[in-house]
Amino acid sequence: MTAMGATGAAAFLGRFEGLRTRLPGARTPWVDALRERAAAAFRAQGLPTRRVEAWKYTDLAAVSQGVFGEPLTGLDDAMPLPPAEGAAGRAVFVDGRFRADLSSIDALPFAAASVAAELPLLEGRLGALAAVEEQPLAALNGMLFEDGLLVDVPAGVAGGVLELVSIATESDRAPAFHPRHLIRLGAGASLTVIETANGPAGARYLHNPVTEIELAAGARLSHGRLQMEGWEGINLSTIYARVAEGGIYDNFTLNAGARLARNEMHVALLGPKAAAHMNGVQLVADGQHADTTTALDHAAPDCASRQTYKTVLLGRSRGVFQGKILVRQVAQKTDGYQMNQALLLSPEAEIDSKPQLEIYADDVKCSHGATVGELDPEQLFFLRSRGIREAEARAILVEAFLTEAVDAVEDAHVRAALSRAVTGWWGRQGIKVA
Amino acid sequence: MLKIENLHASVEGKPILNGLSLEIPSGEVHAIMGPNGSGKSTLSYVLAGREGYEVTEGSATLDGHDLLAMEPEERAVAGMFLAFQGPVELPGVGNAAFLRTALNAIRRARGEGEMDAMQFLKMARARMKVLNMPEDMLKRNVNVGFSGGEKKRNEMLQLAMLTPRFAVLDETDSGLDIDALKMVADTVNSLRGPSFSALVITHYQRLLNHIVPDRVHVLQAGRIVRSGGPELAQELEASGYGAIQSAA
Repeated sequence: MTAMGATGAAAFLGRFEGLRTRLPGARTPWVDALRERAAAAFRAQGLPTRRVEAWKYTDLAAVSQGVFGEPLTGLDDAMPLPPAEGAAGRAVFVDGRFRADLSSIDALPFAAASVAAELPLLEGRLGALAAVEEQPLAALNGMLFEDGLLVDVPAGVAGGVLELVSIATESDRAPAFHPRHLIRLGAGASLTVIETANGPAGARYLHNPVTEIELAAGARLSHGRLQMEGWEGINLSTIYARVAEGGIYDNFTLNAGARLARNEMHVALLGPKAAAHMNGVQLVADGQHADTTTALDHAAPDCASRQTYKTVLLGRSRGVFQGKILVRQVAQKTDGYQMNQALLLSPEAEIDSKPQLEIYADDVKCSHGATVGELDPEQLFFLRSRGIREAEARAILVEAFLTEAVDAVEDAHVRAALSRAVTGWWGRQGIKVA
Repeated sequence: MLKIENLHASVEGKPILNGLSLEIPSGEVHAIMGPNGSGKSTLSYVLAGREGYEVTEGSATLDGHDLLAMEPEERAVAGMFLAFQGPVELPGVGNAAFLRTALNAIRRARGEGEMDAMQFLKMARARMKVLNMPEDMLKRNVNVGFSGGEKKRNEMLQLAMLTPRFAVLDETDSGLDIDALKMVADTVNSLRGPSFSALVITHYQRLLNHIVPDRVHVLQAGRIVRSGGPELAQELEASGYGAIQSAA
């Protein structure tokens, strides 16, 4: 089977065979070995089907039956982007490739660069966290990655706000791109990353990023992610994060775009008093499928984790939340909290929710909860009786439902960006909340 | 102003109002008293347009407009206001934002200009001072964590801010101490004038010592069985509803 016209795993493997000598880092032995290992893992697993437990609720038929092409470089003209308020720098990727002409990363108080440019120096680091044998999409990424953002904040440095922007271009090639981002913060360092993923409304593409994050003792990363891909896009994101003693990984993810989206996160708390805050909002409109899957590994004592996820579903749509918390025997005094709530605004919408606690320590505080509901008719009537039109009353109540997750975001920049994105999404729905 | 004629309404197929007729002229405050289950709350919900209350016969008009043909929000714009017996909580909705949204929705629908945040705050603070409400009630979520009395105060703040043509107070006095009761009365009394009227629904005569009604009606089994002046309330307090029933 040739790559052209082939679908699914075979097509991606075919592409790898055809491109392997031309991919970044080719003929660098460790890079070749890394890609070979990823390819072997991908060949062995294939694209996951719903028979695989971790993919029970999310069907990748759109990927396995789709035909995707290579991104073309230099396709687009430089596009104007509104300057981000308070951001120290911006890294822009177009169809997964770094665009220096659209970026400004030279005046930062830390090192930021294109992964492709720095690849020879990344031995032992790139791929250190991505579990290609267990996650086929990470394997796919490892086989075909071309570029990504490399960030190194030295110990003690306050890095400010960095934007990471992914733009898909209008293309009839339906490009598939697999960026690999690497973020590392030294002891006591801090950084806010605001990541946005966008694409034109009608463009078909696959964005399959893998992000590897390492936080040294006392480091703090605020990671706000706004997934606002075009309606025909597919976004399958996987994050691996390791947090050392006293470090904090604060993630907020908005899943609002793409016809098919998965936000998968593997976070390991490896030192005492490390913390993970993972919050998110999924706004799922007619025809969309949004999946948030988290795996939290409490591997040290005295760590805290907080997760609040809210999903709003409209029309014929589907939402998924899977949240696993593993508390290892060593992780005494763990304080874990997980809440996921869904609001169904249509009888045709569906939510699947699977919380999972695995606890091996005996002195822990771990709670989780899940609710699924509709708008309260009494609240709706109250607002309408005060002169507020039904559509607006519904919008007010949906926003109120999301408030708890949004308010949990501590970083003001992330919170502001998120509020704007939610309002924008809402506007695009024309407040059609029936 | 408000005119109800031969109103019949059922809830889940069960008739509750059975030919209720009532007219409240502009500038007047009337009271409806009656035992539990007589249809007092049903009347207030039918007038405000709550779902699940089916009007099977009769009419209700406000200034000649057919209330029963309107959506709840259209009734509010037309000048209807219901002070709820059990005000609902809205977690995640700020009281100030809610009040301003409601006020501007009504102003917009009436072709008046919207109020900006500063104008709104100025007006709200002035009203709250009169109602003896702590200012932090504006910052809290609508009715969340409010005591019973605070919830009623908040209803009165909405009444004072939205300045309707016609207000129904559905047992607003239930569970209130004397100070809160006076606050409710002060709010209604401050709105009294030639272009405002109100219907005060209550179990007890107590509230009517402070809001002296122009007329008192007794509701029984979904109909007005007796009407009179303010002295009727005192008579009811003394002799109870049983005496009225036999008299009717």
